[in-house]
Amino acid sequence: MKTWLSPRSTAGLIMIAGALLALPFLAASGGQAWVRILDFAILYVFLALGLNIVVGFAGLLDLGYIAFYGVGAYVYALLASPHFGLHWPIWAILPIGAFVACLFGMLLGAPTLKLRGDYLAIVTLGFGEIIRIFLNNLDAPVNITNGALGLNLIDPVRLGSLSLAGTSEWGALSLSGPQKYYFLLVTLAIVVVVINLRLQHSRIGRAWQAIREDEVAAKAIGINTRNIKLLAFAMGASFGGIAGGIFAAMQGFISPESFSLTESVMILAMVVLGGMGHIPGVIFGALLLAVLPEVLRYAVVPAQKALFGSVLIDPESLRMLVFGLALVLVMRFRPAGLWPSPERKRELAEVSE
Amino acid sequence: METLLQQLINGLVQGSIYALVALGYTLVYGIMGLINFAHGEVVMIGALVALSVTGALTAAGLPLWLAGALGIAVAILTCMALGWSLERIAYRPLRHAPRLTPLITAIGMSIVLQNLAMMLWGRNYMQFPALFPKAAFSVGGAHFTAVQIIMVLTSAAMMIGLAFLVYRTRLGMAMRATAQNSQVAGLMGVNIDRVVAAAFVIGSALAAVAGVMVGAYYEIAHYQMGFMLGLKAFTAAVLGGIGNLGGAMAGGILLGLIEALGAGYIGDLTGGFLGSHYQDIFAFIVLIAVLVFRPAGLFGEKTGERA
Amino acid sequence: MTKLTPLAVAMTAVLALGACGKKEDPKPGPAAGAAPALTVKIGHVGPMTGPQAHLGKDNENGARLAIESLNAKKLTIGGTAVTFELLAEDDQADAKQGPIVAQKLVDAKVAGVIGHLNSSTTIPASKVYADAGVPQISGSATNPQYTDQGFKTAFRVMANDVQQGKALGEFAAKKGYKSIALIDDRSAYGKGLAAEFQKSVEAAGLKLVATEYTTDKATDFKAILTNIKSKKPDLVFFAGMDPQGAPMVKQMKELGLTARFMGGDGVCTTDFPKNAGEAAEGHICSLPGKPLEKLAGGPAFRERFKQRFSADIQLYAPYVYDATMVMAEAMKRANSVEPAKYLPEIGKTRHEGVTAVIEFDTKGDLKDSAISFYEYKGGKLVYLETLGAPIASAPASEKK
Repeated sequence: MKTWLSPRSTAGLIMIAGALLALPFLAASGGQAWVRILDFAILYVFLALGLNIVVGFAGLLDLGYIAFYGVGAYVYALLASPHFGLHWPIWAILPIGAFVACLFGMLLGAPTLKLRGDYLAIVTLGFGEIIRIFLNNLDAPVNITNGALGLNLIDPVRLGSLSLAGTSEWGALSLSGPQKYYFLLVTLAIVVVVINLRLQHSRIGRAWQAIREDEVAAKAIGINTRNIKLLAFAMGASFGGIAGGIFAAMQGFISPESFSLTESVMILAMVVLGGMGHIPGVIFGALLLAVLPEVLRYAVVPAQKALFGSVLIDPESLRMLVFGLALVLVMRFRPAGLWPSPERKRELAEVSE
Repeated sequence: METLLQQLINGLVQGSIYALVALGYTLVYGIMGLINFAHGEVVMIGALVALSVTGALTAAGLPLWLAGALGIAVAILTCMALGWSLERIAYRPLRHAPRLTPLITAIGMSIVLQNLAMMLWGRNYMQFPALFPKAAFSVGGAHFTAVQIIMVLTSAAMMIGLAFLVYRTRLGMAMRATAQNSQVAGLMGVNIDRVVAAAFVIGSALAAVAGVMVGAYYEIAHYQMGFMLGLKAFTAAVLGGIGNLGGAMAGGILLGLIEALGAGYIGDLTGGFLGSHYQDIFAFIVLIAVLVFRPAGLFGEKTGERA
Repeated sequence: MTKLTPLAVAMTAVLALGACGKKEDPKPGPAAGAAPALTVKIGHVGPMTGPQAHLGKDNENGARLAIESLNAKKLTIGGTAVTFELLAEDDQADAKQGPIVAQKLVDAKVAGVIGHLNSSTTIPASKVYADAGVPQISGSATNPQYTDQGFKTAFRVMANDVQQGKALGEFAAKKGYKSIALIDDRSAYGKGLAAEFQKSVEAAGLKLVATEYTTDKATDFKAILTNIKSKKPDLVFFAGMDPQGAPMVKQMKELGLTARFMGGDGVCTTDFPKNAGEAAEGHICSLPGKPLEKLAGGPAFRERFKQRFSADIQLYAPYVYDATMVMAEAMKRANSVEPAKYLPEIGKTRHEGVTAVIEFDTKGDLKDSAISFYEYKGGKLVYLETLGAPIASAPASEKK
């Protein structure tokens, strides 16, 4: 546990901290748009880490994870927008959002405890769709979610008197809205990463791992598999809820179409490609898949124009094609992901012999 | 009464579409315990190939019935080849991998096939040729068409044919042996690779038939047509007890009826609170309810846990 | 350290590529006469990829045509000759991409933005433009919330869903339909249109005998159509798009449901009769604005568009063309390309466009929200009439 704070690691941590501090300014030199892209990338890191608890640690395949993100986003939007005339502060809403998402996580977990693998996949997928359809239709008889039209004019995050929207200046230091969100997100992300690291090596983390490897054996050695599985769903969901809240605040507008099945699959792809159960791997997977489309946007079209003189394949379809192929190829040749944890790599190497 | 009869017909027809697709899922699952998530995409490829071939041949001057028959044949062959390659390239290397691995591969293949189809056929909805006679019938105020009858009959025939194959032929015996215990079956001289490949090829041929039927029924085809259909059919297969041929049929028809009657009557029963806007979730709610009480589905046998 | 490496590599790559991408864009204007002293950048955003790419491209072509004809006129604004330059961006019709792309345009210091195409991207993006004070005119975002936010920078040159739904209801009443069934596809578009249609027909004293729902991905409507049939309506109103509308009319026919079918601009497309076949006959749909053929510049515009891009107008290109023209005219009147200076002039617009006479109300919506109705005859759209505005380009003040 303590080994990663060796002098070498400390130096590494300082460098990471320095890089994280410099990044938004570096990105801003290419335009504020890059800072926004960075913000979304961190949001995906959040989501991927949350899903990693369920899929990576506990081995429960969840195809409806985006539902919790949606729940968190709607909780924020309802409590901080003109829709109900409520404008609660963020420190009150984010915990509520996390809690509500957590409840939904248990709601999903409870009936599916007995199910495994494939059955669980289809039920969670169905659950995700159910949530989306409810968000889309709960505008009558009582207008709660405003249906497909979505919720608009959601308050930006305010910390005391500081609003995170718009540019603020402190003497020579000027921070744009996206840059301020970046610092909020990075702070929260560090907290989440630390929680995850601690969880992984805690009793609970080991219990999850035991369930992932062999549920019957885990039960036999006295692990309360029911509670431990529920806890995985609940914890994963609450991270999704927090991410959703910040998404709503950053966007200012949300509608159910942002929470579709494709997004669930996308987050799953991040976890799987990066390395299920391995936190640095998952972070890498999330950053890679969040930034890759932007790279493709800039690279694919000019490259094709240069090569063929016209755009033969549009970047959007290429992006999805690359995702699909990547999933297949990684499963085939690196089933533990691009950056797997050392022990997982060893296990899989043994299996495939 | 007239409305109820019509809704029953609607449900039966919709249900036999689900059943037709569900048979393919169940066949593969029964033998290897793998959900072929890409099955819905194979259905879509079948429909689009039939559409293109039929279109090209009618444009070349062939009569519609001949062009259609050739279109169906080419679609079936293409899908069989596709099913075989899927198994060979994507799934076979993973047969001994952890459980999640082939499932994620299947999701990946589904994305790949969808995007390839989009590049080949474009994004627009295309008109599917009307392959079957346009006859319409009316009984007791309820309307139905020839295509609908053909569709129900095709599903039933496919199920019976498949049951014959599984329970009356040598290949079927090998399939059942593999499903029971593939290692022992292998020791007894069953060529596992060939049996699994056969299951994929047959399942994909069924998917092609389903694709053509769906296309001919709605007279519209699109690169995303397989996805939701695949999900619903998979739900139907699980509902009936996945791995069980009769269960897939029953699950499909049950699901079709639930949707039709749900959309038809729940709205009135709940005073408009739960109307047809919740049509798509009836299926999932029933599925969850069934699985909570019968984790192996309605007709599934309680086999050992296949985790 | 390890955490930094992949990210840093990705970022550098991204930044480098970003720089390459931008170098491609600037194209010198027609260098026939005097060298242009000032280049005015106008942004355009729509989905260039994804399922609506064809509509996005159509919009971009509309803007491009406007820019080219403006440049051909060799305008002088504030004493200097100006050349307009179009910065076309892709938002993938994805709500997340909306603000990112908007930020990109603001970073590039555009004088104004035409777009976006979808309401779901236009609304989150409009906040970015409003914060930066950049005027935005959309040619196709019809969700009322877009202009309800109170942003001074947000305009649109197309009737919103409220205006269209209202006109559709009035038309149904005028045509003497008595009992009406409503089908809503629960998309933002369908919901807005359905709600206004319902208000409008109920205000006219008509009865809504059934309300059913579907989705924008469904293909089977038999269950809901059977329900509708049991209520015996004489008109079925569908608030949704043609991929659902076309199979829907076919299934109506199969079920022996003989009511007339009516819808908004979503089913007023060339694909609808193509996919519905003869089942489309006699059905009614509406398009915002006036038919191109009835307007002074209309047929010429259609011709010009076809010549320039060797493609037919898909749907919204004329509206986007008008939007671009409105923006340029405001600059001319203000004699400035500074957003802060010409923005007030946009509100005072009175422009005879190819789709309508454009005047804005205080919110930035069209004052004169003409809606035209068409019927499918022999697989073609046949013009019926226009509600909400006089047809000739007479002063628009006589009717609201």
